[in-house]
Amino acid sequence: MTDQTALFEYLLRLGDNTLVLGHRVSEWCGHAPVLEEDIALANTALDLIGQTQMWLGLAGEVEGAGRSADDLAMLRDVWDFRNLLLVEQPNGDFGQTLMRQCLFDAFHFELLTGLTHASDDRIAAIAAKALKEVTYHLDRSSETVIGLGDGTEESHRRMQAALDLLWPYVGEMFTPDAVDDAMHAAGIAPDLIAMRARYDARLKTILSEATLTKPDSSYAQSGGKTGFRHTEHLGHMLTQMQWLQRAYPGATW
Amino acid sequence: MYAQMVTSEATQDDPQKLAQFQARIDAGEKIEPKEWMPEGYRKTLIRQIGQHAHSEIVGQLPEGNWITRAPTLERKAILLAKVQDEAGHGLYLYCAAETLGVSRDELTEMLLDGRMKYSSIFNYPTLTWADMGAVGWLVDGAAIMNQVPLQRTSYGPYSRAMVRICKEESFHQRQGYHIMMKMAQGTEAQKKMAQDALNRFWYPSLMMFGPSDKDSVHSAQSMKWKIKMNTNDELRQKFVDQTVPQAEFLGLTVPDKTLRWNDEKGGYDFAEPDWSEFFEVIKGNGPCNTERLAARNKAWDDGAWVRDGLMAHAAKKRAAKLAAE
Repeated sequence: MTDQTALFEYLLRLGDNTLVLGHRVSEWCGHAPVLEEDIALANTALDLIGQTQMWLGLAGEVEGAGRSADDLAMLRDVWDFRNLLLVEQPNGDFGQTLMRQCLFDAFHFELLTGLTHASDDRIAAIAAKALKEVTYHLDRSSETVIGLGDGTEESHRRMQAALDLLWPYVGEMFTPDAVDDAMHAAGIAPDLIAMRARYDARLKTILSEATLTKPDSSYAQSGGKTGFRHTEHLGHMLTQMQWLQRAYPGATW
Repeated sequence: MYAQMVTSEATQDDPQKLAQFQARIDAGEKIEPKEWMPEGYRKTLIRQIGQHAHSEIVGQLPEGNWITRAPTLERKAILLAKVQDEAGHGLYLYCAAETLGVSRDELTEMLLDGRMKYSSIFNYPTLTWADMGAVGWLVDGAAIMNQVPLQRTSYGPYSRAMVRICKEESFHQRQGYHIMMKMAQGTEAQKKMAQDALNRFWYPSLMMFGPSDKDSVHSAQSMKWKIKMNTNDELRQKFVDQTVPQAEFLGLTVPDKTLRWNDEKGGYDFAEPDWSEFFEVIKGNGPCNTERLAARNKAWDDGAWVRDGLMAHAAKKRAAKLAAE
């Protein structure tokens, strides 16, 4: 793998994570449990879509084949997506959505913090901008997980169920592969193993305040960031997200 | 409009106080929450502001319907931001209503069980991407007609909410028109979608202003109190006069064969919408009334455990803090 190929793959991972999660979160618009949450969810989705424009824009530039951020978002099929399995999981109830958000935000925060020191200035600049937004995302999702975990009996039960359901998707975030290694060696990506220790420490605090129990399993599903095997959910999301571009090829909107 | 057919409440207050109150309004003073106001003024405002707030909230649904299908990342972001603004408008308006002594939860329950209404326009479906253009251009355009003058309404909190809302609404209208321009200048299929959207949204947009109210006693009282600033007919005329040239610029045809410029009145003559359809929509028989209310009820019911959980957590934290002191 050349450095350019690895960089392109890596940027797709960054942009596809924010695209797919942003899309999922945007599905809530108008349906949240309370008005303030509706606004906060839309805000999170907006931040993530904005980050997608930057990451996929840069990916297109690095690829040099004339593909724009929109081309990459709207005209690739499932096997070309490089997002983590975690972010393509369906919203479920509000607790499941916020648990998914918290598990991702804590990872995203560490990742972007590392990327602000990237040897590539373009990546460092995007990471610095995104980090401001993600710091807020993490504050909010962790506070909500704590509030609902340590709320009523029912909210506690639902949050524990959400954690149990999503836990198998945590491991993929921290399992390095050839792309991660090449990017780390190039001085771009942070060391995932060192990141995991900080992630675990933060999560321990959050879960303890939320009175939730970390599942006793380290089994990790994989196949999202390599594109080898996504879940069935992603294809359905893409049929909706890409529909207009696919149905009316070449039109401008 | 976002608040339609709000009949003003009768008021039985001390005539001297009423006269003093009217004098303040006539002098252009703002009425603030803790000041004396006639009961009818308070009740009418609660209904009007509440209905306006509900319209913002239910109004999220027809546009939310297209967020996951927006054709580009930029369009998706703009639409999300717009729908988020609407939730924000709902929030300011519920806050304004709360200053009159009614809680957001009380108002919400009245929406959910059908005691309070929201604008008829949100009971129409959004079927193609061009509808996102038409909603911004026509629906927000109609809303602005009413909301701009309401910035001068007599009730302070309502007036201040309107100032904030108007700034955002004019951005919404422009983005809607921009979508229509792209479609109208686009492929044959896009042009067809744009014309189809105008065909479906033209009359429902005219209905937004409500039936003619020039002889209505209720309207006269609301106008005297500066809760209502113009008659429905005045606003509708202004809307048509503004919108027809915009449609012409887009190369689209307003679906009204009787539409023509009237030199004498300096405005267009146009066909009235079918008011029997309007009253059916208000009664609950519009194309989407059932879905819209069901969606709001589902969001509220499904969210009960979340609201309860967060309240319970907040109570635990307060108790722990008290115990530590």
